[in-house]
Amino acid sequence: MLQTKPVRVLIPSGALGLNYDPVALQRGLDAGPDIIAIDGGSTDSGPAYLGRGVSKYSRSSTRLEWKGLMEAREAAGVPLVIGTAGTCGTDSTVDWMLEITREIADELGQSPRIAVLRSSQDPAMITRKLNAGEISPLPHAPRIDAGTIDSCTNIVALAGAEQIAAALETGADIVIAGRTTDTAIIAALPLMRKCHAGAAWHGAKIGECGALCASNPQSGVILVDFDSDGFTVTPLADGAHATPHTVSAHMLYENSNPFILYEPGGHLDVTGARYDALDERRVRVTGSEWMPSDTYTVKLEGARLAGYQTVMMALLRDAHYVENAERWAEDILAKCRAKVMDRMGLGAYDFRIELRLIGQSASFGALENRVATPVEIGVLGIVTAETPELSNEIGKMLNPYLLHHPLTQEEEVPTFAFPFSPAEVDRGAIYSFCLNHVMRIDDPMEAFTLEVLDHGDA
Amino acid sequence: MAMLKDVVQKVRSKNAGPFWLTVDIFCGSSDAFQIVTNGLSGDRVAQVFGADPADINTYHIPSLNVVKFSLPRPTIQGSPEDRDMHGASWAALLSEVELNG
Repeated sequence: MLQTKPVRVLIPSGALGLNYDPVALQRGLDAGPDIIAIDGGSTDSGPAYLGRGVSKYSRSSTRLEWKGLMEAREAAGVPLVIGTAGTCGTDSTVDWMLEITREIADELGQSPRIAVLRSSQDPAMITRKLNAGEISPLPHAPRIDAGTIDSCTNIVALAGAEQIAAALETGADIVIAGRTTDTAIIAALPLMRKCHAGAAWHGAKIGECGALCASNPQSGVILVDFDSDGFTVTPLADGAHATPHTVSAHMLYENSNPFILYEPGGHLDVTGARYDALDERRVRVTGSEWMPSDTYTVKLEGARLAGYQTVMMALLRDAHYVENAERWAEDILAKCRAKVMDRMGLGAYDFRIELRLIGQSASFGALENRVATPVEIGVLGIVTAETPELSNEIGKMLNPYLLHHPLTQEEEVPTFAFPFSPAEVDRGAIYSFCLNHVMRIDDPMEAFTLEVLDHGDA
Repeated sequence: MAMLKDVVQKVRSKNAGPFWLTVDIFCGSSDAFQIVTNGLSGDRVAQVFGADPADINTYHIPSLNVVKFSLPRPTIQGSPEDRDMHGASWAALLSEVELNG
């Protein structure tokens, strides 16, 4: 049996683009890490980033923070890995990240070996897998068929530790990975060096949000040490402490089951985990278990076009209208919908108009149970239709109602406040998440491609 | 009857992926943990969120004094009906629920 080699992973923050504390990062470098790992995204900002295949963070912020990490990598002489590059981890955002990396390398005079792991999926292959019964729904997944796959603008598979390990085995200085699980980039090296598998995944889950598992969660930088029995968490910013409570509570975070975490190739079970304070700052965790599965599956994410939107905003400040806003909005909806169907020849299900009353019920709609009369109400009009021309046209039909609609025929025609002109704002295409499925593959690399580039070699 | 927010330290809600919502109630003490455990059922949570009671997964974690509820997102994240991309505001709705007992 291969001997375990302890692994020290330096995690600068929960995501590239959220910034990190340079003093704490230097402290981490001084501690001699074996790898620097940072996440580049998640689905949390919504389907448009995956739908469009773009990053949610600015290029300037991404570039500045990545430059700091590329300098840190060169100084430490260890690999630097980013997972889910560019928020959604499509091939387009991987290319974007690669372009930024090459620019910085030229600027710094570095010639790194770059391994590029791509996670975008070919719809034809996904359809074949679906027809072969190798794609299964997770709980509460939407129903899908070949048409759903076809309608996706982007589909990605979430790589696990095996694919990151393959990238590291190329001897890469920098790994730019498309969509991966949040934990894979951290767990990969400890698993390659035969550290405790339960600890590798559990420590990765605890570390994936940076210092969110400690006090002073904004501080970002942490170290996670892995060995043959468990792992140790050390936050590096001044005044940041990890305690058994902050570390164990992190399993709750954005996780529907706080004890189980599914990953490609198995699942983590932390039911028997023990959290011990080593001192005021560090926590040691043992007893987590990795349960390998019989088949190797990867999770799929897909986004498809869900129409086009035009939005408007009006403000009600007249007390009479503020008090009767709900009735006013319902009357507008009924009249405007009828007009759209009559004048544009659309059916009732061809379009959608919504008026959300900000200050009254915009957060929860019919589920709101508090009633109060606010000073003013913001009326957010949202029009959704099949084409941008239709949504814009319906928005323009809604305009005169939001400007002038009276509560009764008897009163003088009111005029409400529009904060900008044109009043209608075209949001363009909108997207929907439409996959919550896993795909069975025979070989971990089956759904992914790996490319090695020696930057600076002609 | 007390509201949840008056008994506990913090109520947090977040997406657990685009299709699930998870709500963590940090009770802050074992007394508060007992009050919440006895006074807030999965059925009541379902009612507040307009969800099917059969879909509510409940976790009682005494070592953290945490009660956690996970449920299919009331609207799929980012769908035209969705009002909160990150799912964080749902905590406010639950924190105002009146506890039994």
